[in-house]
Amino acid sequence: MTAPRDLFAELKFRDPARARALADAIRHNVDAIGRKVSVMHVCGSHEQAIARFGLRAVLPEGLELIMGPGCPVCVTDGPEVDQAVALAAQGARVCTYGDMLRLPGTARSLADAKAEGGKVDVVYSVAQAVELAQKHPQDEVVFLGSGFETTAVATAAIALTELPGNFSVLSVHKYVPAAMEIVSEIEDTNIEGYIAAGHAATITGWGIFEPFARRTGSPVVVAGFEPLDILAAIAKLTELMVEKRPEVFNAYPRCVTKEGNVPAQKVLWKVFRQVTGTWRGIATVKDGNLDLREEWARIDARKRLSVDTSGVRDDAAAEEAKGCICGAIMLGRGKPTDCALFGRTCVPESPVGACMVSSEGQCRIWHTYGGAPDLRGVGT
Amino acid sequence: MEKPGRRIGLKHGSGGRAMRQLIEDTFLKLASPVDGIGLAALDDGAALRVGDRWLVLTTDSHVVQPTFFPGGDAGRLAVCGTVNDLAMMGATEPLGLTCAVVLEDGYPLVDLDRLVASMAEAAREAKAPIVTGDTKVMGKGEVDGIVLNTSGVALADRVVTDAGLRAGDRIIVTGTVGDHGMAIMSRRHDLRLEGDLRSDVAPVNGLVREALRAGGEDVVAMKDPTRGGVAGVLHEMAAKGKVGVVIDEGAVPVRDEVRAAAEMVGIDPLLVANEGKAVIGVRAASAEKVLAALRAHPLGRDAAIVATALAERPGAVILDTGFGRRMLAEPEGELLPRIC
Amino acid sequence: MCLGVPGKVLAIDGLSATVDFFGVKKELRLDIVDEPVQVGDYVLNHVGFAIRRIPPEEVQETLALFDQILDVTGAKEDLMAADVRGEIAAGKDKP
Repeated sequence: MTAPRDLFAELKFRDPARARALADAIRHNVDAIGRKVSVMHVCGSHEQAIARFGLRAVLPEGLELIMGPGCPVCVTDGPEVDQAVALAAQGARVCTYGDMLRLPGTARSLADAKAEGGKVDVVYSVAQAVELAQKHPQDEVVFLGSGFETTAVATAAIALTELPGNFSVLSVHKYVPAAMEIVSEIEDTNIEGYIAAGHAATITGWGIFEPFARRTGSPVVVAGFEPLDILAAIAKLTELMVEKRPEVFNAYPRCVTKEGNVPAQKVLWKVFRQVTGTWRGIATVKDGNLDLREEWARIDARKRLSVDTSGVRDDAAAEEAKGCICGAIMLGRGKPTDCALFGRTCVPESPVGACMVSSEGQCRIWHTYGGAPDLRGVGT
Repeated sequence: MEKPGRRIGLKHGSGGRAMRQLIEDTFLKLASPVDGIGLAALDDGAALRVGDRWLVLTTDSHVVQPTFFPGGDAGRLAVCGTVNDLAMMGATEPLGLTCAVVLEDGYPLVDLDRLVASMAEAAREAKAPIVTGDTKVMGKGEVDGIVLNTSGVALADRVVTDAGLRAGDRIIVTGTVGDHGMAIMSRRHDLRLEGDLRSDVAPVNGLVREALRAGGEDVVAMKDPTRGGVAGVLHEMAAKGKVGVVIDEGAVPVRDEVRAAAEMVGIDPLLVANEGKAVIGVRAASAEKVLAALRAHPLGRDAAIVATALAERPGAVILDTGFGRRMLAEPEGELLPRIC
Repeated sequence: MCLGVPGKVLAIDGLSATVDFFGVKKELRLDIVDEPVQVGDYVLNHVGFAIRRIPPEEVQETLALFDQILDVTGAKEDLMAADVRGEIAAGKDKP
């Protein structure tokens, strides 16, 4: 794309020469380890950035960079979406970020509900949902709060403002450190290092990863989202793995500090609390969901409105979804082709598990390209 | 094996895979053999042999929301869309356009007048007379405002399809990418972005005429990157030509405003609709000559060679990002702003 | 999770800032930013809220960080061409 007017975030962090040097540094480290290694990132946006810039094509073959359960949309469970679809079917005006519009519940998505005459609006910001509530005082306006804590803080900030009486929140927000916990708790996991999500860490700070690194004996590097950010983080992570130092390193200091964004944290925990929940294709995640606290019952759609999913839920599909092996696939312990649902009941148009929902999910990629595409050397 | 869908969804109109599937599964039943290029070719238009020339015809319906947008409106879009489809087949001098309108009861006359004025202006720019039409009115709520259909007819000495790419060919984009779609998206989803995001809607038959004059028979494939964007067009060209395509991402011209807006909502400009551009496949030997001819035209100043056709990986569209390579996915459904 | 884009603050009105994203401008809310923000500051946008004031010196520090990472593996010495070194040196001279 043509060069932008301001060099600030662009050319400095997208310089191909530095990228090549960092890729060589990574290869140097992986060679020093002397065997195949697996590291994991837990952020959908990291996967988007890695895919967008084609970064896997510059990583050495001995390094496996696995996408973990870090896409909050993809891990939003079918029954949770059913609640939003049910509310639309019941006549509420449901506002959602674009990412969630086409995510199916056990049977239908909000896009389907909209096509069937439901009032569903895509918004860029939760503030717009409040404006819609003011504009349509006769509607019950429900904001579907999706995303990790980075996004939950915005929902929380809005909750603290003066709200119209017809506005409520259906929270399906998730908490990203829980994703790392469940991965690390798998017995004999072969993940030896973690890339932590940079924008979530902007809120929570990197200090929260120290107990995790100590307990697991695995280094954690917090990474930003520009190509050089990601490559530098992987270079640092592999360096820590060579030296067997289970530490936390902040490779995104322009946005992340040890304590994080304290005012935002205060706002977040004033409004939300962690609860155990079910993540699509992964089953139970301890403390992985963010629910509105009791004090906010007035704006909690689940308490304020009676949500009846019986008309939208597909119990047979929900039962079949139990055959999903996304959890194993994400950990590199299974291939999409090992799954009984892959390509049959689970396809991009009607995805069952998270790995098929995400445009960069393993199952989606395999289904689209008939396998994992290796583009080294194409067209040179 | 896909679950059979029982109903049409919005995705079937978005220009991506679902729409193609629908056309292949359902509408192709209408195809029958013709002396020329008919329905089965699924090109921008049809080309029927008349004597030693070709009669090119095309039709388009326009249901764009919002009806009025920065840089244009549905009227201008209706005329340009059809003029451009004819041009993509190599027919750059339209003989005449039709204009059929379905209006909703209560539609403001002042809006209709604006649209008609835009159509007249676009027709003048394209030198394409509007020669016949039809008017219908439906009840309130039975149609959303206005539906415009335009058809166009032209004669051409040579037809250019979208299937002509061979290994080694270069692919040119006639200007900046993503302008129209980002302008529409910013309005449709109330993104509240201040900046010059405006549609590029324009008739490109004059521009294409220059390319054909410069490249002659070396111009082997053409298509306009409307819904589905440049990515959609390249997928079609790659599939029909049975070639792979590698795009040099750094060579793709994008306006600052479009790039910034697209970054903010997580959208790739290559997937975004354009209404005043053409994607042109040219034999390597003539690529620079055609590029120069395009750049000499007011609508082609930002033209650039952006991709190359390969013998390997037929049907694949690959993006060289400057850091690495990746597969460029086919566009699927309406583009939505992302937060993740 | 989570698309965050940096921009430069052009104007502030209470809890609302007009921010330039190098091509388009947008209003952001300042309810949850970590430090007080002034005109000229860089901020990180997520869903219409500024979630971080990016200290301007951090850009140079980030580049220094990348160099440090390269130094450790010796990759910088082995592999970076003189012209890249020159570019980095030029970057260090920028205010």
